[in-house]
Amino acid sequence: MTRGGADPLAGRPPVPWICLVLLGGTAIALVLLEAAEHPYYVKLLNRALILALAALALDLVVGVAGLVSLGHAAFLGVGAYTVGIMAEHGLTSGFLQWPVALVASAAVAAVIGWLSLRTRGAHFIMITLAFAQMLFFVAISLSRYGGDDGLTIWTRSEFGALVSLSDRLGLAWVSLGILTLAYLGLRRLERSRFGRVLRGARDNERRVATLGFAVERYRLAAFVLSGTLTGLAGVLLANLTEFVSPAYMSWQRSGELLAMVVLGGLGTLHGAILGAFAFVLLEEALSSLTTHWALLFGPLLVLVVLAGRGGLVGLLAGRWGPK
Amino acid sequence: MSRERAAVLDVILLSVQILNGIQLGILLFLVAAGLTLVFGILDVINLAHGALFMVGAYAGAVVAVASGSLALTILVAPAAALVVGVLLDRLVLRFLYDRGHLDQVLATFGLLLFLNEAVRVTFGSAARPFPVPELLDWSVSLPGGASYPAWRIAIIAVGLALALAMFLIIAGTRAGMLVRAASTNAGMLELLGIDIHRLLLGTFGIGAALAGFAGAMAGPIAAIQPGMGDHILILAFVVIVIGGTGSVQGALLGSLLVGLCDTLGRAFLTDGIRLLLPPAAANEIGPAIASMLMYLVMAVVLLVRPEGLLPARRPGR
Repeated sequence: MTRGGADPLAGRPPVPWICLVLLGGTAIALVLLEAAEHPYYVKLLNRALILALAALALDLVVGVAGLVSLGHAAFLGVGAYTVGIMAEHGLTSGFLQWPVALVASAAVAAVIGWLSLRTRGAHFIMITLAFAQMLFFVAISLSRYGGDDGLTIWTRSEFGALVSLSDRLGLAWVSLGILTLAYLGLRRLERSRFGRVLRGARDNERRVATLGFAVERYRLAAFVLSGTLTGLAGVLLANLTEFVSPAYMSWQRSGELLAMVVLGGLGTLHGAILGAFAFVLLEEALSSLTTHWALLFGPLLVLVVLAGRGGLVGLLAGRWGPK
Repeated sequence: MSRERAAVLDVILLSVQILNGIQLGILLFLVAAGLTLVFGILDVINLAHGALFMVGAYAGAVVAVASGSLALTILVAPAAALVVGVLLDRLVLRFLYDRGHLDQVLATFGLLLFLNEAVRVTFGSAARPFPVPELLDWSVSLPGGASYPAWRIAIIAVGLALALAMFLIIAGTRAGMLVRAASTNAGMLELLGIDIHRLLLGTFGIGAALAGFAGAMAGPIAAIQPGMGDHILILAFVVIVIGGTGSVQGALLGSLLVGLCDTLGRAFLTDGIRLLLPPAAANEIGPAIASMLMYLVMAVVLLVRPEGLLPARRPGR
């Protein structure tokens, strides 16, 4: 810690206004769109909320801990497949499905994290990518659960009288609530000792290790927490689309999640939410222009990376906020 | 059918599958070799390398259909990949060398999305035909009555020859010495007045040409589609993790291991599990485990030797 210098993590700065605007605006938009009977756009916003949860979880690993995981779609898939497979066997209670999905994602994240964290840098990227690809092919070989074609989920998770997810807005509120809670929780965590150790180790691993912290354990804990939250996003996504397929775990999806985090602003948490919304809306806008939207998105991504860092959050802070 | 006859058939099946495994391994080696050398010189990750494999396959398919000439096909494919590779390097990659891994991953991911889509726009999504050039369109009969396509034999032979050439170049020439030196300590080499970026571009160019060549060789036996290089790229990463960074020997060992594991696993694992479990269960579990096999090998290597089996530089450099 620098003495006298401004500690960026000191105190409890208020939630960034852009985040309040975004989440509040989404809530209002959901109500209006539902009233105006635009189910397509309700679903689109819901998708953005869910991917924002996944991107937020990824930012903990990539932005805060500095570990570039290119395999996070695997956890999305594990969460989604747990819901799909249990529903296929008639176990539709969310009180059963969701905990099982969370435990499954955590377990998979623990194994992948434990193995990948033995390496650093580019190797970490290749290994997370490889293990995610392994799960992708396992999903394809599950012929009992649809294999390549995927699996239709006939009933969304049931929570009795508590909340109905088969109602469009019901699922959207649950998604919004979980995203908000996850954001506030991760913000707290990031400012705690845990988050400081992760940040410290990202910038100088040896120094933090010399201070007596078992860096490896902190990183593994962060990876497992991130994988579990991403698994939860997978649970929500399966409920939204009422369908799971190996494509949920495709490595392009992992790349897209990384793109969201960087597009919004690396390591800022609220940037990930912003990035996910920007990505979903951009995807929607570009694909309404042309079916070959990757032709535009690919070069755009290259330009965003080459032009500089900070993403949307940096852009907003540079223009309108204090320097 | 007599027992002896069945045993002979099993041996034939096994030898055909072993040949298939070696042939897949050789293709992987051609893609991984360039990747691991660049990676050894400079710790830069390039997801667009798989696209060069695709470029080679498409270039090969177009030439093979138009001319039917073997020589033209295997010359144009690596040349096309080389041109695309050098363009990528000059336009984008060289700005990424001193950036972090995250920037490299995202920018090359963007490039890959673009290249895959550009191929889809140009050639459509359907698989393209790639006839085996007439010169190699025949089969070798194996002892026991089976036959094996000459094209696949050619892949193995040419691949091994290229591997040998690479060993000789890296062990015996000045350029090879520089590559070895760079993967030990690139900074020192720069201080000695070697233009590390030219060395890198040369290595990258050769790697691109090899990947394009592999694409053309894989063409007649693979589905030529947009994005066909993505999976090969990920397998090449597995090869590098298993073999160790920066070493051609490691890449060859890793490639053959992955190729054999994958092919033999898919061919025999389900039958093997049937000996232990009821057939229905084996049919469910077998393919799943077979598709996991090479990643499990990678996991074991990570547990035992996180730096890979034959890394160019020792840990704690």
